[in-house]
Order: sequence, then structure tokens, then C-alpha cells
Amino acid sequence: MTTNALRRNGSKGQAGDKIFSGAALGAGILILATLLAVAIFLFIQALPTFTADPTLVSGGEGFLAYIFPIVIGTVIAAAIALLIATPVGIAVALFISHYAPRRLAAGLGYVIDLLAAIPSVIYGAWGYLVLAPALVPSFQWLSENLGFIPLFEGPASQTGKTILTAGIVLAVMVLPIITSLSREIFLQTPKLHEEAALALGATRWEMITMSVLPFARPGIISAVMLGLGRALGETMAVALVLSTGGLIPSLIKSGNQTIAAEIALNFPEAFGLRLAELIAAGLVLFVITLVVNLIARAIIARHKEFSGAN
Amino acid sequence: MSATTTRKTSNDSRNVQNPPPVARKRNSLAKGHLPRWAVPGIAAASLILGAAASTLGGFSVATLAIYTAIIFVIASTVITTLVEGPRQGRNALATNLVYAAFLLALIPLASVLFTVLQKGLPGINTHFLFHSMNGITGAVDNASVEDGTPVLGGAYHAVIGTLLITLWSTVISVPVGMLTAIYLVEYGKNGPLARAITFFVDVMTGIPSIVAGLFATALFAVLMGPTARMGIVAAVALSVLMIPTVVRSTEEMLKIVPNELREAAYALGVRKWRTIAKVVIPTAISGIASGVTLAIARVIGETAPILVTAGLANNINVNVFGNWMATLPTFIYYQILTPTSPTNVDPSIQRAWAAALLLIIMVMVLNLGARLVAGLFAPKKGR
Repeated sequence: MTTNALRRNGSKGQAGDKIFSGAALGAGILILATLLAVAIFLFIQALPTFTADPTLVSGGEGFLAYIFPIVIGTVIAAAIALLIATPVGIAVALFISHYAPRRLAAGLGYVIDLLAAIPSVIYGAWGYLVLAPALVPSFQWLSENLGFIPLFEGPASQTGKTILTAGIVLAVMVLPIITSLSREIFLQTPKLHEEAALALGATRWEMITMSVLPFARPGIISAVMLGLGRALGETMAVALVLSTGGLIPSLIKSGNQTIAAEIALNFPEAFGLRLAELIAAGLVLFVITLVVNLIARAIIARHKEFSGAN
Repeated sequence: MSATTTRKTSNDSRNVQNPPPVARKRNSLAKGHLPRWAVPGIAAASLILGAAASTLGGFSVATLAIYTAIIFVIASTVITTLVEGPRQGRNALATNLVYAAFLLALIPLASVLFTVLQKGLPGINTHFLFHSMNGITGAVDNASVEDGTPVLGGAYHAVIGTLLITLWSTVISVPVGMLTAIYLVEYGKNGPLARAITFFVDVMTGIPSIVAGLFATALFAVLMGPTARMGIVAAVALSVLMIPTVVRSTEEMLKIVPNELREAAYALGVRKWRTIAKVVIPTAISGIASGVTLAIARVIGETAPILVTAGLANNINVNVFGNWMATLPTFIYYQILTPTSPTNVDPSIQRAWAAALLLIIMVMVLNLGARLVAGLFAPKKGR
């Protein structure tokens, strides 16, 4: 082999290049492996639940009968949260992007981001000690005046620790997610569309419904889906605020339970089959949120070139 | 009132106030335009009506605000519709609702911050900051309530636990997250693997925190037996939550480093890894540091993963590789849910709020710090 001077020089430091690119690749693969490991390890630890005698599982009727009510409870809490947070979140995003004075807009956006920075346990404490007692009179009123609807069937909870309270706390936690994502997309509406609408004599609201909202629709949908993912998996707010019980239709009585809160409340004392059950519940939650997030990401990816959201 | 003429110019209001003496008929352009004082006027009127309505059924600031807001929205919509036409009426309704939504969103923020300050401040003192809960039993709390002496016991152990666990999760997440971002930007070249990693990092952002905690427990249960609860397990759980945030922010920062810088380095014969280490990363370091700080702020308040991984301790434990550990969030959680003295819950609640204040201060300082870092160390633009 001939030893070319240029070549010999060129190979210096090649090891560094290899190590560096290898480490970068390794880190990337580690992330994929972690996600896979989450599923695998949860499955391994949850396995005893699926193979155990159904009478030994909590409730005595097998895992499906055990998990079904708390899945429904999770969905109810998340649905309440989204029903409140979606319109308010979109309106707040519109306020910051199209209504507030320009100079204030950035600062106001930061204020809303502060809502997201507050730790969930503090929201839980606030919901438990401030919001729940404050809502008791409203629950009384609801049960007295709308008690004929099963959702508001009395007698109302005297402590206010109901699924409706938990849903409201969740709404506060989901709101900044919906707001910040929607705001980003509203700001990307083509200026010419907006000005064309205004030039035709449209009022501000008509301009928004004609140019801003149609442009932002996929972005709003994915923002709501991401909010849903957060609401489904949120633990502390529900664990602290909700006084748990079996599945009931009334939103203003103690009762219902969510997966995340079920795990948090029972895990510290659990062992053996109970531990496996809770991990299986966690696996169910993981799968549900994974599906929700995949759908949201797929919507974003499909409309990426239009909305610019990511 | 006619709905057809809704056009207006800024001169109209003058015409309305001083109609030309000859023509009694109003200018069609000036027709239907509310005067400037209309909005404050309606607001004042609805405040009076709201006050009257709220005194009927037990006065409180909350009912006053609710009644006033409802009356104002309805009144201004109706009046605008009558004077300016239905299109302007809808516009007024939408404007009012958007403003109302923003004010509504501020209520929980203000209420949370006010509550934490009001209830947390009395509990903050040197005893609370520098003592653990070791030896604080229900009897101690009962005694302090009955004798009126200061509440004993503090969050020192929880502060130490929080700092250590967060430190370890940072030590794990930052290298992994940064290297992944470097792979995505510098090596991946938008290939199938890079796209898969980007996608799954996004998906990982949505993992519920309690599932991350369960994963870490399950992982260590397989490795070390089912009762492995210690600080490092919690740190692994928090890393799962922290890595995607670090990857995303670092990736964004590396992407905005100009390609000219890389090409200049390559032209000088510098190796790729040295280019990245000496040129690309130093250029983006302020953004990366700010992203990492925000990621720390996100995980420092996590409760659920700690709950299932590190358990709860009442004493000081500085060893993350052994024994249970307390953190501020779990301390708050347990002080509220299972008060130290079930008969006298006040000392526990006071400690919980003081710890909440401490935690909020930490998070806010980290958030502000991230903004400062991003601003101060940003690369200079131009020369």
C-alpha cells in the first residue's frame, strides 16, 4: 500500500468522527428503544393480571370488568375538561392574536404560558382546598333546578369533590396547551386573506370566521387532541380533587374514578396481583393516550405545509 | 331600525351630533352608529343592574361579576344590533365573548397565585426551610395547635430530594437529548430513521407522567426485584418526560445555526465532529441552555412519577441509590391527603402551602432564568 501524505493526514481524527456520529445515532435509537421498552416492561409486569383467576382481580369479575368503569371515568373527566377548555382556549388565542393591542400581545401570551408552568400538584391542592368548597352552592343549585337530568341528579356533594370539579381543574390545566398551539396557527393566517376580507367590508368577526378559522381548522383539531392526551393522563388534579367511588352518571355526587388517579392512590400500598393490576391499568392508559397523540400528530403532519404547526 | 345601512366612516358621529338644520332626514351613511361613550355607558349601567341583581340573592363579588358580565354582553349585543344592524351585533357579541374568555382564563391563574402566597407565606421560616419531618408525629402537631406554639417540621428533606432527583434526571436527559438532536440535524438528513425518531419524540411528549413512573418501576423491578424504590428510579422516570423536551428545543436551536458557519469550518479541513463541537453547539448554546432550563422547570413539579418510584420519606436522604426519598410535590400531596395529625389538620395544610410556595418560586425562577439565559447569551447578530 502506498502511503500518500494527504491521505495519512486525512485519516487523523477519523476515530473522533466515528465515535461522535455513533454516539448521536445511539442516542436516537435509545429513544426509540425507550418507547418500546415502556410498552414491553409494562406488559411484562402487567401479565399476571391477564392470566390470573378472574375472581382474584379487584371486583372479582376479571380485569375487563375492573378497568371498564375507570376508563369511562377517565373519558368523562377529559370530556368535561375539553368542553370547557376548547371554546375558552380558542377565544383566548384569538384575543391574543387578533384582539389585544399589539404591544400587549406577547406579554399576555407569556401570562397564559405561566398557567402551564404551575405544577399539577398545586392545581390539585387549589382544587381541593379552594375550588371544591367554592363550587358547593352551584352544585346545590344544579341539583335543585336541573336535578331531573341524570347528569345533575342530587343530592349534591357537600364537599364539592366531584368529577365536575376535577373536570374544571383539568380544563384549567389543558387551556394553555390549546391556547398556545392555536395562537401559533392564528398568527400564520395569510395577511392578504385577512385584509381582503376587511376590504370587502367584513366586520372583525366575519373576517375571523371567513379567513382565520378555516385556515386554522386542522391546527385547532390537533391542539384539542393534544389537550385531550394531557387531560386523559393527568393524575394529581384528579387524585386530590375527586372523592372516588363507583361509576355513576351524576357529575355532582362523589363517585367515578380515573385510571391515573386509581394508580396514584393505590400504588404505594399495592403488592402482588394488585400491583400487576395497576400496571395493567397504566398500560391501558398508555395505549389510549398513544392513540390520541398519534392521531393528533398525523393531523399535524398532513397539514404541515399549510399550518406550519409542529 | 333598518339593517341595510351599516357602513360608517369616522366622520359620521359628528354628523349625528350636529345634523344639518335643513334636512331633518339623517345621512344614510351616518345612520346607525353608536357614539363613543356607548360601551362605557352600557358597562356602567350593567354594573348598577348587576349590583342590584346580586344583592337580591346574597351579595358576593363573584355573583356581582357574573351578573354584570352577563347583562353587559346581552345589553351591548342587543343595543348594537338595534342601532347598527345584525352584522355589527354579531361582531359585538364575538368581541365581548373573546374578552370575557380571556378574563375568565386569568381567574384561575390569579386565584392559584393568590392562594399560594396567602396561605404559604405564614409557613415559610428558617425552621421550615432547614428541618425535615423526622420525628414529627400527630402528637407534635396536636401539641402545637393546643398550646398555640409555632408549627414544627419542615420541607428540608423534600427540597434536597427534589434537587437531587432533578439533578440526576438532568444528567441523564441532557446528553441523550442533545446527541439525539445532533443526530437529527447533522447526521439524519431527514432519512427514515430520523423521521421515525422525530415522530416518536413527539409521541413521547404525550406520555402521561404516571405511565413514565410505572415504566421506571417496572424496569427496575425486572432488574432489581419488585421493591426497588429509590431516587434514581424517579430520576429515570423524569428523564423519560424530560428527554423529548430537550430534543425538541435543541433541534430547533441547531436548525437555525447558519449553514455558512459549518461550510466555513469544513473548508478549513475541520472534521465534522469538531465542527459540531466547536462551531455549531457554541453558536446555539444560549437557546439550548434555555430549553434545558425549561425542561427542568417542567419536571421539577412532577408528582405522579415520584409517587410510584421514590415512595415517601420523612427524614433526610442524600443517597439516590438507596432508600426512599421525598420531594416537594409528594410532600405537598401527602401532607394534604394524609395529614400528620388526622384530628388537627391545620399544621399539615400550612406545611403543604408553604411547600407549594417554595415549589412555585423554584419553577418561576427557572422560567425567568431560561428567558434571561436566552436573552443574555444569544449569539450576536451581524458584526
